[in-house]
Amino acid sequence: MTEPLLQVAGLTKRFGGVVAADAIALDIAAGECHAVIGPNGAGKTTLVGLLAGEIAPQRGSIRFDGRDVTALAVHNRSQLGVARSFQITSLFAEFTALDNVALAVQAHAGHSFRFWTSARAEAALREPALQALETVGLAARADARVDKLSHGEQRQLEIAVALATKPRLVLLDEPMAGLGADESARMVALLRRLKGAITMLLIEHDMATVFALADRITVLVYGRVIASGNPTAVRADAAVREAYLGEQDARHG
Amino acid sequence: MKAARKVFGVPLPACWLAPRTALPAAVLVVLGLVPVYAAATGDPFALTLFGRIEILAMAAVSLNLIMGYGGMASFGHAVYLGIGGYAVGILWKEGVASGFVQWPVAVAVSALFALVVGALSLRTRGVYFIMITLAFAQMVYYVAQGLDRYGGDDGMTIGSRSSFAGLIDLNNATQLYYLCFALLLASLFLVSRLVNSRFGLVIQGTRSNERRMRAIGVSPFRYKLVCFVIAGALCGLAGALLADHTNFISPAMMYWTRSGDLMVMVILGGLGSLFGPVLGTVTYLLLEEALSRVTEYPGLFIGPALLLVAIFMHGGIEGLFGGRRRD
Repeated sequence: MTEPLLQVAGLTKRFGGVVAADAIALDIAAGECHAVIGPNGAGKTTLVGLLAGEIAPQRGSIRFDGRDVTALAVHNRSQLGVARSFQITSLFAEFTALDNVALAVQAHAGHSFRFWTSARAEAALREPALQALETVGLAARADARVDKLSHGEQRQLEIAVALATKPRLVLLDEPMAGLGADESARMVALLRRLKGAITMLLIEHDMATVFALADRITVLVYGRVIASGNPTAVRADAAVREAYLGEQDARHG
Repeated sequence: MKAARKVFGVPLPACWLAPRTALPAAVLVVLGLVPVYAAATGDPFALTLFGRIEILAMAAVSLNLIMGYGGMASFGHAVYLGIGGYAVGILWKEGVASGFVQWPVAVAVSALFALVVGALSLRTRGVYFIMITLAFAQMVYYVAQGLDRYGGDDGMTIGSRSSFAGLIDLNNATQLYYLCFALLLASLFLVSRLVNSRFGLVIQGTRSNERRMRAIGVSPFRYKLVCFVIAGALCGLAGALLADHTNFISPAMMYWTRSGDLMVMVILGGLGSLFGPVLGTVTYLLLEEALSRVTEYPGLFIGPALLLVAIFMHGGIEGLFGGRRRD
């Protein structure tokens, strides 16, 4: 059996008295879409921060592609192929959509100590960037400034920026956050198209989305993994039903 | 935004007539014609005044590179005027009159100093960054005050201007003026290329969202540091020119209020717009000059005027003419 692309073991992070990640263990195989669900405050965004390298764990290890990356900085992990989208949109607001994506391409095309020629005239940066915008359905808005894009378009752009770094693993922190029904449906369709080609860790609230997309699901509660497995198994898990799904079922029904 | 990028970029003619390029073009034409006016009226003061404006505009352009495009609000930028000026003055005093030595030394020492200050300050941000840049500048100011051999607190008159082996004669007021003008244009061209290059996009992206910059795989520190050094070197060159222009150096060149003046010029003109610092410098210094003729307290009027700019004109003067901040 091949080694998983991402191997997380014993990952622990405390903020003061709050345990945001409690000995988390998690494996993601190449090509897998792995969803992480859990109630508010379960530590989902902390987990993304730990995996992206923004937050340093107190204990545990993260191996990516057979390499220990626990101590690597955010930009180094990005260079290895770990990309992310942010839960709260985080883009270069004064740049155009295309500029945002082209800068991500540039970040993975050697160093940027090139001082003279216009980066906006470099086909080697603009063309892959435009392709990424096309993939997410935003090519028509390439020249619009980010602060002129709708919220839904900004969410799409987040994905395009992540894709432009040619990632091997994408950490998607609630990509559907704040989207309307139509926009959500389009985002789900996009993720479904990307599925298989790119390994994904998907943080998501909406159960329908998670069960539609995920190959495997990990359930976090108070920073601890209470269940992990394929959707059917997780749905049937008693602890999950009690801690999380039950609560949802009750609300919905 | 597209047109803005091309102002001094290569595809200049395409947007030559846009209102936002008309003002910079007009200002440059006027600056270019000052010697003609001076010759016609026999008034050399105009040459002195506008030559000085061009030199300080160059300093403002360099500050704009880090503050406007890079979001690094250095509050000690005048220190490079001082370092550049003192390099020229000290070398002259020690018998080195050649500009081919003086000016490169001025630029190199400024760059080196910027490297040290940047390496220590760029890991901090906000108020701390401002305080560290200010502290370094004041340190050099006090050192200059203590250099008795070079005039100490009173400053020192430089006996002869930098000589360039007959290539250009700085004692000729017109030649000196056009050198200032040419170097200002060169600075603008340099910055216009820099900010649109790969390097410049990293610098601007970092200002816009450093967290995102890291997430896409770039560690911004080295880029910010190089940008800081380039700005310091450019301002050091302006300092050398200033010493040659006034035949005089003194610690006052780099007093913290001078750094404040440079910041005001940049903000007044339009933070992060290519030509804004030039407009800001011209406006600020002409206003100061005009007011000093009618009142003993020009600050009494300049202060409120700046307040109005800060409150109502976020894009500065450049912004009034259809420009946008930080393109």
